[in-house]
Amino acid sequence: MSQVIAPESIHTSNVGESGKTGETGVVLTTLEQAVNWARANSMWPLLFGLACCAIEMMSAQASKFDLSRFGMELMRASPRQADLMIVAGRVSRKMAPVVRRLYDQMPDPKWVIAMGDCASCGGIFNNYAIVQGVDEVVPVDVYVAGCPPRPEALIYGIIQLQEKVKHEKLTLLGDRREV
Amino acid sequence: MADLQMVVSQVQERFTSNVLEVVEFRGEYTLLVTPESLLNVLTFLRDTPTCNFEMLIDATAIDLLGSEPRFRVLYHLISMKNNLRLRVKVPAGGENPEIPSACGVYLNANWYEREIYDLMGIRFSGHPDLTRILLPDDWMGHPLRKDHPLVYEEVAFTHNVKRLHEHKPFAKD
Repeated sequence: MSQVIAPESIHTSNVGESGKTGETGVVLTTLEQAVNWARANSMWPLLFGLACCAIEMMSAQASKFDLSRFGMELMRASPRQADLMIVAGRVSRKMAPVVRRLYDQMPDPKWVIAMGDCASCGGIFNNYAIVQGVDEVVPVDVYVAGCPPRPEALIYGIIQLQEKVKHEKLTLLGDRREV
Repeated sequence: MADLQMVVSQVQERFTSNVLEVVEFRGEYTLLVTPESLLNVLTFLRDTPTCNFEMLIDATAIDLLGSEPRFRVLYHLISMKNNLRLRVKVPAGGENPEIPSACGVYLNANWYEREIYDLMGIRFSGHPDLTRILLPDDWMGHPLRKDHPLVYEEVAFTHNVKRLHEHKPFAKD
């Protein structure tokens, strides 16, 4: 009978004395859990900011809040290398096609966080120039409220996303979001 | 050293009935001139040594919704040499307001007039490239007009959020 061990215990199995002597045990888990564990804990965000929320995002990256504790220290300047899009700031109607193109250029699987009120619903900018929520342009996984949200709030949103990713189902065909 | 009063009286003398109105407020002068005489007035202000308004610092427009002519286009001029500032105002009315372009007189009027066209919908005849400058090319309407809707979508509360979200164009994956 195969024994299912929580993915959190995978990385602890190889440390300590047994790891050094090579007398490591065998860990059995499901492929789904192992893949989701890897995806959730090394998520690389796309390096871009649209407005003042980006300042808080930078702060979340910096030493005081240290986003790299959650495996997100690598902000990729190319969408080809990114898994996560943090839409930090209001999206103007002219910027919307650019954001969509960046999202399309990211390889699957990919996730989106709408950071702040403007990205979530337009915020205070209920006018002709601003997209009323970036979910009109790209599918959003996590909304972070705040104007702007504090770095803690963003990190909490990221942890929520990690929880979501850890419970995703692996399917060979079809849309992962419809599972 | 010329002073503004002299400049204004010179323009009035030269263009007589084409100067519709002269407004003085705390030493600042505004000339309201007819669209037909605009280019001549600007050229006169630029080239006459006593005026010497060599620089256009701003061009903008205002929408006086309800009055006819509805729009005013404003050209703000500055004379470095004489240390003078002057505002030239042009009325633009009708269904499709159109005034002559000042690009031939001041080169930098090009982008200002594109902005006015973009946001106010006033056309400038003789402009070399009258296209939108700020908004996307496929934009409909001119958002700085007073009759343009103030908000983009209805504000969502708990009682109407369901109805609003039914019609909201959410993105597909």
